[in-house]
Amino acid sequence: MSEMKNIKNLKEFSTSADRFEGANLLCPGCAHSIIVREVLNATNDDLILSAATGCLEVCTAVYPYTSWDASWIHIGFENASTAIAGAEAMHKALKRKGRLKQERDPKFVAFGGDGATYDIGFQWLSGCFERGHNMMYVCLDNEVYANTGGQRSSSTPIGASATTSPAGRVSYGEKMNKKDMLAIMAAHGAPYVAQVAPNKWKDMIKKIQTGFAANGPVYINAMSACTTEWKFLPEDTIAISDMATDSLVFPLYEIIDGTKLNITYRPKTVVPVEEYLAAQGRFKHLFKDEYKYLIKEWQERVDAKWDYLQRREEASV
Amino acid sequence: MADTMELRDIEVWDGNMAAAQALRQVQVDVVAAYPITPSTPVVENYANFLANGYIDGEFVMVESEHAAMSGCIGASAAGGRVATATSAQGYALMVETLYQASGMRLPIILNVINRALASPLNVNGDHSDMYLGRDSGWIQFDAYNPQQAYDLNFVAFKVAEDHDVRLPVMVHQDGFMTSHTAQGVKTLSDEVAFNFVGEFQPMNDMLDLDHPVTHGVQTEEDWHFEHKARQHNDLMTKVFPKIQAAFDAYEALTGRKYNIVECYDMDDAEVAVVCMGTSVETAVEVAKEQRAKGIKAGVVGIRVIRPWPFEQIAQAFQGCKAIAALDRSSPNGAPGMLYNELAGTLYNAATRAVLTGYVYGLGGRDLTKSLLNQIYADLVANAAAGKPTTALQQLIGVRGPKLEFL
Ligand SMILES: Cc1ncc(C[n+]2csc(CCOP(=O)(O)OP(=O)(O)O)c2C)c(N)n1
Repeated sequence: MSEMKNIKNLKEFSTSADRFEGANLLCPGCAHSIIVREVLNATNDDLILSAATGCLEVCTAVYPYTSWDASWIHIGFENASTAIAGAEAMHKALKRKGRLKQERDPKFVAFGGDGATYDIGFQWLSGCFERGHNMMYVCLDNEVYANTGGQRSSSTPIGASATTSPAGRVSYGEKMNKKDMLAIMAAHGAPYVAQVAPNKWKDMIKKIQTGFAANGPVYINAMSACTTEWKFLPEDTIAISDMATDSLVFPLYEIIDGTKLNITYRPKTVVPVEEYLAAQGRFKHLFKDEYKYLIKEWQERVDAKWDYLQRREEASV
Repeated sequence: MADTMELRDIEVWDGNMAAAQALRQVQVDVVAAYPITPSTPVVENYANFLANGYIDGEFVMVESEHAAMSGCIGASAAGGRVATATSAQGYALMVETLYQASGMRLPIILNVINRALASPLNVNGDHSDMYLGRDSGWIQFDAYNPQQAYDLNFVAFKVAEDHDVRLPVMVHQDGFMTSHTAQGVKTLSDEVAFNFVGEFQPMNDMLDLDHPVTHGVQTEEDWHFEHKARQHNDLMTKVFPKIQAAFDAYEALTGRKYNIVECYDMDDAEVAVVCMGTSVETAVEVAKEQRAKGIKAGVVGIRVIRPWPFEQIAQAFQGCKAIAALDRSSPNGAPGMLYNELAGTLYNAATRAVLTGYVYGLGGRDLTKSLLNQIYADLVANAAAGKPTTALQQLIGVRGPKLEFL
């Protein structure tokens, strides 16, 4: 039987036994590590983990060290999903054949950055979801290829300056809108899809636990503020994350069985998108006069999306 | 429990069925696969076994060959018996993961039904896919007919899963010429076949929940070389004794003898052809005809391509005066792979045989007996002259003006 942790407050959280060690090479202020701890801390069950090539992987398993106190595998950039699906298939086979060393059912969790998820690993992820493996896929969405120095991904939002879509004399940076991964993963008919943010840790743990209880593939899109590429001070990670959720740039919601959408967090005071943008170096150029219209468009897009989410929630679809 | 399949002593199987039956008999725990001609029937046959209750492992039909090998890697690291099959473009798509599988020391078995690599697109058998993986850190066996495709799978599992080896193994067979050509195959009963390979013994298995492990780490200039050196060292020193022991055990069980390098009429051979796959059988037949004409002709078939059998090759040609290396893959601007490997092997060996190379059979074009007779005629001339009388590289069996180089 599954055993979920019941952590009441941050103090308890901070002292809860870790299967992800603080001894890692991630940047100070990196949200990836906060998210990973929150995911792993949601359960007492055994865990089998995978990670895609990216910041999390290169910073946590540098031979001869490892930060992982649960079995963990990394193969490549695009196949963290299939790596864990393979392990899950083996568990099923050995269970059926009576060859498991311990009669316990672990949880299978894959981690990938947005590059690994939205871009290069999309086909592998889609395949795993179509086949219905019992696994959770957590996208650490920092909207950029951070590990390789800040190139754009299809999660990079319009107007952000990335090294392959830099702002310049005649460019405002990224031209494309962020891909809607949640809708796409929900369209696979997955039993559970949700967006989470590390600052809203109770909401997050609840969603992770719902995901662990689900039967089938679960997709979690975790907003991961990146001090290095978003360009803010390391101590501001949670403050920036608060702005992201409170401006509704990253609305928190879940989609059950591919159809039923619930909003799980409604900010008491909605922060203007402009404030969120102004707090990050990657959007600095948008505050020039000629690009201010983009900030207005940003706000309109966020409002429209929020409106859409509310209508879906109301209609229970 | 899966049902046992009652087999006749001799079944009429093509190479694909032979490989699929071997996978069934060793009770593979996870097969993750994707179809591609000409290896598709391996996967289809396996799916049929599953649908009829002969398999109780997991069969994961993934969405690409890259995913097939990725799933195999995850499954193998989890701790169980794993296998798959592919050809050509599928193999090429897998290449990234081939290196990852061997670097992580995972005993996966890959049946490669050899096929030409595009472009131009071609579904027939040549060795360009086989050659593509030769630096990937896998052990590579080559089967020349369906019987061997069957037998070598058992040997492959036994060697790969040995805890001193822990390396993945490819079992190659020629697309269509072996994979789709039914022949009599002497079978093992399910029980005897399984017992030859034995229960899978896990090592560093992720599913040992009380002993977590980390697979697929990062190493840079500080440790990468040591990892690669260790893998290379194991391939160079540990693998051949294990293969030989497995061949011996298999011979004791079945009476069928395999050698790391297969020598046919080589004891007193003065001229020899070296080749792989179905060509070996044709060459053996032609060599016999040459012998009837008084020419001391022999054939060497490479059974283990990786690791490269340096010592066995050097020994095979001791009395030889002229050797032809036959490559069934376009070297695209270089001597052929077999030519180069033989040259490297023989340069410091006792033999001073003349070595020439031939590129043949691309995209499944037949290697005819008349082509082989021509090669032997070249070899006889080379042996008499004590030096090459032809170009070092000839393309044979291709239309248009004669193409020869070097
Ligand atoms: C097949 C392949 N292509 C490209 C790379 C180079 N690469 C490694 S990590 C990475 C970016 C990772 O970005 P993301 O997935 O967003 O994760 P992050 O590092 O931001 O957490 C890239 C481009 C690779 N390792 N493999």
